[in-house]
Amino acid sequence: MSISEEVVLQARNVSKTFGGVKAVNEVSFDLHGGEIMGIIGPNGSGKTTLINLVTGFVKPDSGKVFFKGKELTGLPPHRIADLGVTRTFQVMRPYASLPAYKNLIVPLCSPRVKRSSGGKLGDRDIVCIDLLEEVGFERDAYVPYKIASSLPLGYLKRLELARCLALRPEVVICDEVFSGLSMAEIATMIPVIERLQMEGMTIIMIEHRLRELFRLADKVMVLNFGEKIAEGVAEEVMENEAVREAYMGKEEK
Amino acid sequence: MGTEARRKERLDRGVKVRTEKLYAVSGWQEITYLVLPRLALILGLLILPLVMPSMYWQKVLCSMGVFALLAIAFDFLAHYVGLVCLGGALFTGVGAYISGLLSSSTGLSPALTIPIATLGGGLICTLLLLPCLPLRGVYFAIVTIIYPLAIVRILTALNIWGGTEGISALATFPNIWVEVYLILGMVLIVLFALRRLVNEDYGLVLRGIKDNDQAVRASGINVTFYKAQAVFITAAIGCFCGAYLSCLYGWCGLSLFALDFSILPIAATVMGGLGTLVGPLLGACILTPLSEVLRAIGTWRIVIYCVVLLSFIVFKPEGLMNWIQRKYHQFEHWEKI
Repeated sequence: MSISEEVVLQARNVSKTFGGVKAVNEVSFDLHGGEIMGIIGPNGSGKTTLINLVTGFVKPDSGKVFFKGKELTGLPPHRIADLGVTRTFQVMRPYASLPAYKNLIVPLCSPRVKRSSGGKLGDRDIVCIDLLEEVGFERDAYVPYKIASSLPLGYLKRLELARCLALRPEVVICDEVFSGLSMAEIATMIPVIERLQMEGMTIIMIEHRLRELFRLADKVMVLNFGEKIAEGVAEEVMENEAVREAYMGKEEK
Repeated sequence: MGTEARRKERLDRGVKVRTEKLYAVSGWQEITYLVLPRLALILGLLILPLVMPSMYWQKVLCSMGVFALLAIAFDFLAHYVGLVCLGGALFTGVGAYISGLLSSSTGLSPALTIPIATLGGGLICTLLLLPCLPLRGVYFAIVTIIYPLAIVRILTALNIWGGTEGISALATFPNIWVEVYLILGMVLIVLFALRRLVNEDYGLVLRGIKDNDQAVRASGINVTFYKAQAVFITAAIGCFCGAYLSCLYGWCGLSLFALDFSILPIAATVMGGLGTLVGPLLGACILTPLSEVLRAIGTWRIVIYCVVLLSFIVFKPEGLMNWIQRKYHQFEHWEKI
């Protein structure tokens, strides 16, 4: 697990207001190559909005986002994904009418994959099944061939992750991939993410499952009411007064 | 127990054929099972003009072909791309006027004006609809229904291109056989081409856009560009219909922007079954002759239309073709328990 010196993803004073509510307020962060950053915070603290701002699904009111020195702000989502910053969605909506593995044909048709494979991808169905195996689908089981809308939640989350990985991205942003999963399912997801980091991917994880997140994350950022209230190594952050207050309320003195 | 318990057993014959490609050619039964419906469709359409009693009914076949093409195009765009187009008349009108203007100004033959109108019209319609393609929701439907209405008013107000009279004395087809086989041949080509297309990788991306365009965007694919291409395909088919009609009548005018070209294909699609592509053809095959037969009873035919449509929406929302396909692929029989 080697974290490079290079800053891969950088946000500078990003803000977004929705009808008077400051969803994200002056948030900045630096993400180094190969690093896993966790973003935590109470519900409605702006975690997903921050991700939307980074990936171009929502345009920031002010502030800038850079990927390897190139400005991402103002680019449409597909251009940002094309550069190698991809994300999963919190609400799983697979391409319902297709079998699970066929869902991955869509990202394989993207310009990024066409460029990197030079148009020689081989049998696409096999590439899809390989990708599903990478995120923990059983290869010989019937599951990859099931219609996507009938998959259980655990597999939908994996499918969503596989859709990102199909692009061979440099930054993966996971929006609550553990939520709603059983302990056993999470136990099989953790090695998947560890392997991605070993392969050199830079990862952001939004998570409510703090114990699992702290096992993985190199650093943690805490948001509350759209503002960054702490950043650092997991143990330090949880000792932080402001963070304890946000999560557990003010202590009576 | 005196009463015999029975339950309905259902066997799916198609699963094996559809999942295992090799199995399909393993015996005559399977080959027939696969080929028969396709063969019946192709031969049926090709023989139909020969058995028609009169020239009048052959002309009815021509307009049936036009509505079938429009319906197939509507189905493709609505079910596979998720764009509901309520303005098929925009496409027919634009195609008809391009072909009509070309024909009247340069005297080109239909063999040239129709292809030019198909491609050029497709391009123009796509450009007209481009502004609402990045949006999700009902905007596309609303804009498509407005365009044909607006264009009719503009042409009337400016009194250009024949105004309300239209452009007449255009070059026509040499004989009835060219007329009828051109459109029926086109129906078959478009039908099989689109069916192939929606199952190719390209079609999977389009279906992905319908199911979840955000995820397609996050996969690094330019959704608007793909939507524009799909709209171009649909518009080109519609423009072909318009150009064909202007050559069929030897005239083009404002009635080619009429609401009929928007609504009847949708009715045919609802009746035939959304998402089957061949269903809309079936719907057009039923509705067009029906409307000819009912012409005798005047305004009442609109009422009958409404009743037919309503009963399909209420009692058989899946449409005829989905039902037929299911019955064809499955055996049902009663089993003793």
